[in-house]
Amino acid sequence: MKVVLKNLTKKFPGRSKKDPGVTAVNNFNIEIPDGKLIGLLGPSGCGKSTALNLLSGLLAPTSGRIYFGDEDVTDILPEKRGIGLVFQNYALYPHLTVIENILFPLENLKGSEKLSRDEMMKRAMEAAKLVQIEMLLNRKPKELSGGQQQRVAIARALVKMPRLLLLDEPLSNLDARLRLQTREEISRIQKETGITTIFVTHDQEEAMSISDQIIVMKDGVIQQIGAPQEVYDDPKNLFVAEFLGTPQINTFTGEIKDGKLYIGDEAVLNIKGAANQKVYVAVRPEAFIPDANGPLTCRFKALEVMGRDISVVFSSKFSDRKALRAIIGADVKVEPKDGVVRFFVRSQKTEVFNWDTKERVYYEEA
Amino acid sequence: MEKRDLKGWLYLLPAMLFLGVFMVYPLVDVFIYSFEEEFNFASQSFKGYGLYNYSYVLRDPFFMQAVKNTFILVIITVPLSTGIALLISLGLSSIKPLKHIFQTVYFLPYVTNTLAVGLVFMILFKKTPVSDGLVNVLINLFGGESVDFIDGPYWAKMLVMCIYTIWVVMPFKILILTSALASVNEDYYKAAKMDGTSKMRTFRKITLPMISPMIFYLVITGFIGAFKAYSDAVALFGTNLNAAEMNTIVGYVYDVLYSDGGGYPSYASAAAIILFAIVLTITVINLLVSRKHVHY
Repeated sequence: MKVVLKNLTKKFPGRSKKDPGVTAVNNFNIEIPDGKLIGLLGPSGCGKSTALNLLSGLLAPTSGRIYFGDEDVTDILPEKRGIGLVFQNYALYPHLTVIENILFPLENLKGSEKLSRDEMMKRAMEAAKLVQIEMLLNRKPKELSGGQQQRVAIARALVKMPRLLLLDEPLSNLDARLRLQTREEISRIQKETGITTIFVTHDQEEAMSISDQIIVMKDGVIQQIGAPQEVYDDPKNLFVAEFLGTPQINTFTGEIKDGKLYIGDEAVLNIKGAANQKVYVAVRPEAFIPDANGPLTCRFKALEVMGRDISVVFSSKFSDRKALRAIIGADVKVEPKDGVVRFFVRSQKTEVFNWDTKERVYYEEA
Repeated sequence: MEKRDLKGWLYLLPAMLFLGVFMVYPLVDVFIYSFEEEFNFASQSFKGYGLYNYSYVLRDPFFMQAVKNTFILVIITVPLSTGIALLISLGLSSIKPLKHIFQTVYFLPYVTNTLAVGLVFMILFKKTPVSDGLVNVLINLFGGESVDFIDGPYWAKMLVMCIYTIWVVMPFKILILTSALASVNEDYYKAAKMDGTSKMRTFRKITLPMISPMIFYLVITGFIGAFKAYSDAVALFGTNLNAAEMNTIVGYVYDVLYSDGGGYPSYASAAAIILFAIVLTITVINLLVSRKHVHY
């Protein structure tokens, strides 16, 4: 089922007359295709949880409509929307066993939807099998690890066969290794069930790694929508460029003047197709080429060897950031002279943004 | 290591001294007293050890009356007060405006002096030359006949006693239950809502199990508190409780020790030990039941 949001807005009123309140979700217009895994991504406080609550129906929008398929569900109660919601802390009922937790939503069904005990058990077992917790059915939640609790929560959300699965920060309560495992698990479960799934996260790596599409948000406004690699390679504005990618993209102050791209007063690229203007120059860590004759002069700080790659830590008087990073192959030699390291930059991963609007300035290498 | 142990004991010493002198020693003493037969208060001597004090107390009609009163009080007031407190707490936690004012109002009885409350109940229930009491005025209004609640029939007096007890213990229970309700994570309710759980089922399957530890705490302390009732009866019916048929076990212990016919520490000790045995038994039963039903 595809999900369509039209002019969706949620405003929270201020507490006093002076406080104008917060617009947590500002004029969302999205069409989420059927059967895809969507990552809703943004820094904390950007309104992504509000967006999720609007979809689930736990919050009512200030204006705008929500469509599931062709059905307008804006005014429909949460339980009638056919949604499975997995909470950040899982919200498993601590006094019920795993199987009782999974059965809970089915036992609520009334009237024509009412199931026989056998049918309920069958569906619960199917859900348990899907998330691979068949051997834990009689345990209480506190006897499970974080990852197992997460699976139970997903099983409980899936057992009603929802049209849409929502996951709120599904990996934030897990340790690093479980996180890797679980995100693959979520991706697998989503593919097996084919249920349209939206998950919220502030971790860009998480979102990039498993989503079919990511939606990048900031301050209640959608910044960019697209496939993860597309958004990474082609950020529309400085925020998206800086938000995606680890290590972070390196941002310098610069200028476009007479066919040359300057970082500070050093011309790093010959370009065409862009007007003269003051700009931010954002260079991905992998776009630096260390070279004794390179145009970009930086203060060398440290070398971090990470096996396959080397990370060069440096700083520049043209950047506010204290530590900038370049990632280079382990076979490349870096020889700083008098505490100075010089680079060429690749045009492919060097993005330019207008100084005032912070919007992308497209250029071609000359 | 030994030195640190010593230090630990040293820190505990003041508390242990006090507890020893004012709790452990009297407890042991009462236990011994209860077996000393024909204790003479003047000469502080006794004839020998035996169970006579117990058999005397158990054959004393005043004691049996006190046991009956206490049990009626416990059986009626503990479940009722807990139940009503739960209803009020649910109400309090579901309203938003004026919540704090209501909470304060419901907590007032807790900080009000027992005797002052007794006075209020007098105004409500006692017959005086001027008035039959507020409750009787209401009964008359609906065409009923006046009942003497303070000096009248047994059931009327017991009714007042129960209402009084429930009213007095309620604030503490409301306080505990509202905070227990507030401590239930909101996400459980959101999850239940997403699953279309009915209000009743949410209450039975989520709220109640979540606050069950607190409910059982209240039931256990409620039982113990009701078994120890005494001052409430005095506040309502005066000091001659035996004459009013309204004595409680603790009241009986006091009377045997200090009132006109008193001066029998052996009987008082035996009665106290019997009370202790009753409370202990009930509490153990409570704990056993709660182990089955209280979650996590």
